Amino acid sequence: MAGFRSTEKYIASRDLEVAVNAAVALQRPLLVKGEPGTGKTVLAHEVAEALGLPLIEWHIKSTTKAQQGLYEYDAVSRLRDGQLGDERVHDISNYIIRGKLWEAFAADRQHVLLIDEIDKADIEFPNDLLLELDRMQFFVYETKETVVARHRPIVIITSNNEKELPDAFLRRCFFHYIRFPDRETMEKIVQAHFPDIKQELAREALNVFFQVRGVQELKKKPATSELLDWLKLLMIEDLPPEVLRSSDPRTAIPPLHGALLKNEQDVHLFERLAFLSRQRQR
Amino acid sequence: MLAHFIMALRSAGIPASITEYLTLLRGMKEGVADYSVDDFYHLSRATLVKDERHLDRFDRVFGEVFKGLEPPEGAAFADLVRQLPEEWLRKLAEKLLTDEEKAQIEAAGGFDKLMEMLRERLAEQKGRHQGGSKWIGTAGTSPFGAHGYNPEGVRIGQDEGRNRRAVKVWDKREFRDLDDNVEIGTRNIKLALRRLRRFARQGAATELDLPDTIRSTANNAGSLDLKMVPERHNTVKVLLFLDIGGSMDDHVKASAELFSAARAEFKHLAHFYFHNCPYERLWTDNRRRRDSEVSTHEVLRTYGPDYKAVFVGDASMSPYEIIQPGGSVEHWNEEPGSVWLNRITGHFRRSAWLNPMPQAGWGHTHSIGLVRQLLEDRMFPLTLGGIDAMTRELSR
Repeated sequence: MAGFRSTEKYIASRDLEVAVNAAVALQRPLLVKGEPGTGKTVLAHEVAEALGLPLIEWHIKSTTKAQQGLYEYDAVSRLRDGQLGDERVHDISNYIIRGKLWEAFAADRQHVLLIDEIDKADIEFPNDLLLELDRMQFFVYETKETVVARHRPIVIITSNNEKELPDAFLRRCFFHYIRFPDRETMEKIVQAHFPDIKQELAREALNVFFQVRGVQELKKKPATSELLDWLKLLMIEDLPPEVLRSSDPRTAIPPLHGALLKNEQDVHLFERLAFLSRQRQR
Repeated sequence: MLAHFIMALRSAGIPASITEYLTLLRGMKEGVADYSVDDFYHLSRATLVKDERHLDRFDRVFGEVFKGLEPPEGAAFADLVRQLPEEWLRKLAEKLLTDEEKAQIEAAGGFDKLMEMLRERLAEQKGRHQGGSKWIGTAGTSPFGAHGYNPEGVRIGQDEGRNRRAVKVWDKREFRDLDDNVEIGTRNIKLALRRLRRFARQGAATELDLPDTIRSTANNAGSLDLKMVPERHNTVKVLLFLDIGGSMDDHVKASAELFSAARAEFKHLAHFYFHNCPYERLWTDNRRRRDSEVSTHEVLRTYGPDYKAVFVGDASMSPYEIIQPGGSVEHWNEEPGSVWLNRITGHFRRSAWLNPMPQAGWGHTHSIGLVRQLLEDRMFPLTLGGIDAMTRELSR
């Protein structure tokens, strides 16, 4: 069957392809987890592009309520219009503000709906969306109408594992854990993003990168997005590959480390390691 | 065959449900797996596993089931299932469901209906075939067996060659690191802990205060006057004291569950470790205990009386560790544990003790009675009910 495949820009493993295709075929949400920076959010963009469908993004914050994804009733502006004697006030539907889910349901073609970082919301948030995502319909109390999806959207949900999701919610989803790419896949990813990178630079940079990831006590290990940022910096600075070769992370902090190490303690850790190994050499 | 797979997953502790099983079957029917065993592996993983900690366990079960290496107790049944010819299953399905019904199911796409129908048919079939040969009976009692009418489902169990080729994917066991033993029972604990929530309005005024707006609009003779209030936030503060090591090793799982639930539920949460009974020093990191030690006095100075103190420990020790100076098993303590316990419970307005030991056995250990006395009876078993009772006590 036709469906989602790795694209030029986005290297997807076979298991991810199967998971996406299953979610598309069975019209169930796909829950994607993984280390930060492994391309969870980008996946939705790529799926939308690969299938030629528009994308609707719903970014979740700790204050987001499930209801906001459906609709909100703007009582304040109705009150104001009522006082000003505006004609609009007689029709309550003028004050119903559509949410992202409604937008996706009402669209006249299928959409990809991204619910980003669902774990940021309150613990009850996923439960409040159970029926809506299952049946793809909901009821608007103010206007007494039922909104039914004309085309069931392809729902992609990402989570950073900050909170556990309820079982009933998980039962309805397909699940995929994006694991950290191995060296071979990483080379492909680098090639996809920087087709004109010097081979030697890419090789040395990946060496340093995997060595940095290999250091045990790191608070935040650099991930794919950090590597790509770092490579971009290296290319802008036009550093010769030899600089990287001499900089075994155990003896010196890699150049432009700010893109790789996002945490003060991690930088300190590297400084200490470098200091210790220099002392040993002496 | 697939039913056996689901059962194997469940007995390995992966909570796969009937809904997910049916989703898997439908996925195979839709051709997502595309007759490739690798794809079947990916599809079943995406359908049946919902937690990355279970991925390794899934790989192991998958390898076991589809390699034909059955665990001993299920061996006889599994052998029979593997011997079932595809033809037979197809015929069974044809016998159970007419073409018309199959078309209906496809049209309706309703899982529940499918389940219901199959269950009915199987009940009938069981009646007719009473005393039949053993394997018909076995397959007959399982509602899943009848799903064998899906040809994809059967082929996988029988094609040895493909199996061997496919095994490499899951035999890599790439998810080994993620498997830990904290079960996902923490959600229930979290829900129990929610009772402790204390909401207060703090920070920038971002929410419309409807009652106040109405009142002040009325005061303004009808012209609108909006009133805003800050949003409500959970402001409860919790301090966890965890007993670690020694006799607590038996209760590591329960404590870890509680801890991970509490960490997710409370923004203001601090934790300290002690051994058997808190004395003048506590520590925050058990692996690097020497570096992370803090004086108990400092803890009492740092955290205000509005923190709710929760001790987690079995309180099972020699009574001397509580009532005698120098009674500690680890070091010479100037003051007995009871003094320190009193000091801590005296400082914090609300405190309680959670005990992982079964409540029925509390009377048999002298030290449990002592600690219970020191905490004025606020000792609760480390169970859902106990946590619930504790939150009531703490939020009174």
